[in-house]
Amino acid sequence: MPRSGSLVQTGALLVGLLFVVTVLWGAVQPRDAAPEDVVKKYHLYPEQVAWEHNGAGNLGVFGTFDRAQLQRGFQVFREVCSACHSLNRIAFRDLSALGYSEAEVKAIAAEYEVDALDEYGDVIKKPATPADKFPLVYANEVAARSAQGGALPPDLSLITKARPDGTNYLRSLMLGYRDEVPSDFQKPDTLYYNPWFHSLAIAMPPPLSDERVEYADGTKGTMDNYASDIAVFLTWAAEPKLEERKERGVAVIAFLFILTILGYLSYKKVWRDLKKKPA
Amino acid sequence: MSFPWAKQYAPTSEFGKYMDSRLPLPRFVYNSLGAGYPTPKNLNYFYNFGVLAGVALVIQILTGVILGMHFAADTSVAFDSVEHIMRDVNSGWMFRYMHAVGASFFFAVVYIHIFRGLYYGSYKPPREVLWMLGLVIFLLMMATAFMGYVLVWGQMSFWGAAVITGLFSALPLVGETIQTWLLGGFSPDNATLNRFFSLHYLLPFVTFGVIILHVWSLHIPGSNNPTGVDVKSEQDTIPFHPYYTSKDFFGLGVYLLIFSAFVFFMPNSLGEADNYIPANPLSTPAHIVPEWYFWPFYAILRAFTTDFLFIPAKLWGVIAMFASILLLFFLPWLDTSPVRSNKYRPLNRALFWVFVVVCFVLGIAGGKPAEEPWVRLSQVLTAYYFAHFLIILPLVSRFEKTLPLPNSISEAVLTKFGGNTPPSSGGKAVGGIAAQPAE
Repeated sequence: MPRSGSLVQTGALLVGLLFVVTVLWGAVQPRDAAPEDVVKKYHLYPEQVAWEHNGAGNLGVFGTFDRAQLQRGFQVFREVCSACHSLNRIAFRDLSALGYSEAEVKAIAAEYEVDALDEYGDVIKKPATPADKFPLVYANEVAARSAQGGALPPDLSLITKARPDGTNYLRSLMLGYRDEVPSDFQKPDTLYYNPWFHSLAIAMPPPLSDERVEYADGTKGTMDNYASDIAVFLTWAAEPKLEERKERGVAVIAFLFILTILGYLSYKKVWRDLKKKPA
Repeated sequence: MSFPWAKQYAPTSEFGKYMDSRLPLPRFVYNSLGAGYPTPKNLNYFYNFGVLAGVALVIQILTGVILGMHFAADTSVAFDSVEHIMRDVNSGWMFRYMHAVGASFFFAVVYIHIFRGLYYGSYKPPREVLWMLGLVIFLLMMATAFMGYVLVWGQMSFWGAAVITGLFSALPLVGETIQTWLLGGFSPDNATLNRFFSLHYLLPFVTFGVIILHVWSLHIPGSNNPTGVDVKSEQDTIPFHPYYTSKDFFGLGVYLLIFSAFVFFMPNSLGEADNYIPANPLSTPAHIVPEWYFWPFYAILRAFTTDFLFIPAKLWGVIAMFASILLLFFLPWLDTSPVRSNKYRPLNRALFWVFVVVCFVLGIAGGKPAEEPWVRLSQVLTAYYFAHFLIILPLVSRFEKTLPLPNSISEAVLTKFGGNTPPSSGGKAVGGIAAQPAE
């Protein structure tokens, strides 16, 4: 269709020129000098750490959680974080993955209270069972903000997945509080300076200090240990199927690898005659 | 529908004969994917991606149907039901990761498939309708992927829905009405989530239907090939089965290996962390971005920053974004060169690779915040994107000097294997679109 072709081409030329001129007209406009972004200047990316659950080479292909570390992290959560933060997507029964026995899980659950109905249909508090989830700290967002000076402590069930490079981020954040604030950064007085936080100013006071939690297994009570342990515990909380996922992944890849090799061999066999004497 | 030398289906069993005279489904499969479909013998690995795209769609449908059994399309519980799938449903985490990663892989495969078509001139006569059906599939995929992403009802879901439906509000007079109509309200809410779930479930099957048309349309002229030269004789072809079924099976194995590596070892690497935060209409994320497969188009959308000819910048962006895809429908008439394959079009080949780089960098720019130098870069690249299709390609196709085409596919293959048959010169009649159709 040569004639309609040239018609289309003429139209295209005009439309094309219109788009090109318009977009380039925007490109040549002078830009307002962008104000210096202080937050960008001081914001830091998480420090990279090798984690046991990332396995060899920190690649995330192999590796399992260190159960003792998960339990320590859980202890830090219970004694420090849970004062303000909920863990509402985790049920007590899930804790058996941390290496606790059924009786231990029951005992942990019984330390918490959840709402229930009594025989008259009135709401009462009763000790939680393994089937219950970790209760909320505050009944709702308004209650949380009013108790926390306007800030909202997020639920921690998904926190390591909800932040880029979450596990490393959490550890860096825990250790990242700084007393000296850069002179060109206007920090509100009620907030704390932490260059790993996206806005540099975080409402959460420094949660950890040396010796704040006493570990039962003799691990040293250093801030560094606390930060790593809570980061690993919350990584588990965000992704409780992590070990199952990688285990199955290795099996699937092994299976597919063999299948693909067989596929390659049969492909070569089928095509052999054709490649030998083309035509 | 096929070449005269195509093998004929001959049922051997009594049951086969019985079926063949009643519902000849085996014959249909034999003629479309079996030994009854003669295929050029020189197809390279880039020709695997059509089949891979089909497999990717099937994976999406199968995993999606399973997810749909556990998902609840209600704003108050949608996010929770996804986490329920991740934590409490048996293997739910695997199906969800397969579905999420699968969307990315579907697009990756389709992009390679499209670029392959661009490189070897597969959009040229007699395959224009085939090409346009492919573009319809691409548009359906984009709509489906966008709505699927909203279903999670995370922060990026919600704000992505707000931004994308907000594009329609740029249209003069009717814009706001259309946006309200699309959302079922003034902002994304339960009505939006429900209709997106309904459509997200429907469109893959519509896509499947268009794929059947796409494959039907493919089987009329038969597959194009890396030389772009028409099939001339039986020597040029081999039966699809077992030659390409075995090659496709091997390619599928490689694809599934890479796919599994992402699903099982880095399932969240292609997504935004923000979408693990439940949707909050009162808190706008600092940086709203779509998934990576929309980045080039997002860059084009944001590249128009000045009002021009009484059309506001936002509307220019919206028009340009849609135009960037719709112009592909005109490609068979924009590129009028009779030579299909870029193998024999040195100038156009160089421009093809420039275009690939432009798309790639546009993608990077689209994923960045709207600040310098990314905005200006997007603007220059957007200008090139339109210039490539609408200005450069038509001119090049008229004035370029193409290389001599081989007389036939067999000859090209022979030359590659060390034969010394000299290629013919001035192959306009033999190798181009003027050659006789397959029938």
